Amino acid sequence: MSTVTTAHTAVLKTEAKLFRREPGALFWLVVFPSALLTILGLIPAFREPGAAPGGLRVIDLYVPVAVLLALSVAGVQTMPAQLTGYRERGILRRLSTTPARPSSLLLASLVLHAVVVLGSVLLALAIGRLAFGVALPAQPAGYVLALLITAFAAFALGCALAAVPRTVKAAQTLGTVVFFPMMFTAGVWIPVQSMPETLRHLVEWSPLGAASQALGQAAAGHWPSWSHLGVTGLWAVLLLTVAARRFRWE
Amino acid sequence: MSIIEVKGLRRAYGGRPVVDGISFTVDEGEIFGILGPNGAGKTTTVECVEGLRVPDAGTVRVAGLDPIADHDRVTRLLGAQLQESELQPKLTVGEALELYSAFYQDPADRGHLADRLGLTDLLGRRFGKLSGGQKQRLFIALALIGNPRVVVLDELTTGLDPRSRRDTWRLIEEVRDSGVTVLLVTHFMEEAQRLCDRVAVIDRGRIAALDTPAGLIRGASAATVISFTPSRPLDPADLTALPAVTSTSRDRDGRITLHGADDTVTALLSLLARHSVTAGRLRVVDATLDDAFLDLTAGHGATDLIDRES
Repeated sequence: MSTVTTAHTAVLKTEAKLFRREPGALFWLVVFPSALLTILGLIPAFREPGAAPGGLRVIDLYVPVAVLLALSVAGVQTMPAQLTGYRERGILRRLSTTPARPSSLLLASLVLHAVVVLGSVLLALAIGRLAFGVALPAQPAGYVLALLITAFAAFALGCALAAVPRTVKAAQTLGTVVFFPMMFTAGVWIPVQSMPETLRHLVEWSPLGAASQALGQAAAGHWPSWSHLGVTGLWAVLLLTVAARRFRWE
Repeated sequence: MSIIEVKGLRRAYGGRPVVDGISFTVDEGEIFGILGPNGAGKTTTVECVEGLRVPDAGTVRVAGLDPIADHDRVTRLLGAQLQESELQPKLTVGEALELYSAFYQDPADRGHLADRLGLTDLLGRRFGKLSGGQKQRLFIALALIGNPRVVVLDELTTGLDPRSRRDTWRLIEEVRDSGVTVLLVTHFMEEAQRLCDRVAVIDRGRIAALDTPAGLIRGASAATVISFTPSRPLDPADLTALPAVTSTSRDRDGRITLHGADDTVTALLSLLARHSVTAGRLRVVDATLDDAFLDLTAGHGATDLIDRES
């Protein structure tokens, strides 16, 4: 293996160890979305058939919400906090003075968040299926595609939020400000499918609103509409451009 | 034979020159000090040597390599301890050593290095729980882990208590004795005087003087400091008239301090004899690097300059 590959592997291994030492981050990424799903599932009215559009139950709509929640916690909270912390502590700079590259920390953060979020998604799907009888996505390929594009957007947002603020404190404040609209457009309060029409059309222009529709369609067995996938994808490209232009290693 | 060559280095931030034409060479195996007030351009200079900053003008070579163009090769032979940098708070000492040694093809023996820097008992401790001195020892270890030929230590002992500082000095001497060239940035005179083979005094982005610590002290205009308490008051005019006097001062208890040269001492003794004045607790000492430094960087306060250029 080349030195760079060895360095990437070593950084990834170390970061994986450090990730396990962050119970707070793991709670918000993995436990919180599924816990919310469980609590809502325990409400009898949410399990009434036909209470939601398309003859669905409300709880059916909340599985994609839990999935989007895990992604937004990663993109808005844990990833920017981690990356700005590494910059503020001079860890990225220190790596620049070694044969390793500071980008290996960015890469490790992306890989680990992807793994943890995937675990969180699988947990939400499993709880939905086993505890509340929510059907697994009927169009799995479309679901995976929508999930990949949404993950791309969420992680691009994470990088952009790490790039724009100069300090950890500013990143946290900005993250909190962004987190509420993210939760709203993901449908935490009202699932996107149940929103009044005007509001829904508006929300469909947001990255998670569009993603919510795409995931909902795939869950119901349809191929997700390209316009929804396109909106989320465009946001991803836009946020990544901001991140690439503004990101500073020190 | 020189391992670091800096020629005509210039770097400005927002139109303000921070490094303004600095040139020096560091010989293999020496401890070379860069001394200067805060904001003088010390850190920017070594950041150019480390390849963290691109100079506006001038050349920098480390073992003949350009730290920017040959960044990868330079990182393999230069170890750096950066000012005000930290590690992940939950990373243990042992994990940090393991991680950083994985970056090099031929790393130093971790156990041996930990032992040498007194880190063996701390291997399981997290970075966030280390004391200032322990952190600095770990940073020295990380700078040495790739078996470098040069280490750059930037304000290594700032914030340490006097005992840890002296322990760290001994470590730096050991590093040099093992054949590694040390580029040491400091604003402590005592540190430079004790450790450095040669010192470049940087002031407002330029080299004000470059010599051995002893040479700098000799070259200062006030190389001798005389202090005494006269048995009777002396005429201040008589004191300022003494040969080679650069400054005189009198404290509340009537004790007089003169900065001058050897000639001043002889002339003072005859002056006292003429007036039948005895000199209580007479002390004649060589000036320290401190005095030489103040002499070299005289004429402006360091406080109005910003602490760190970024």
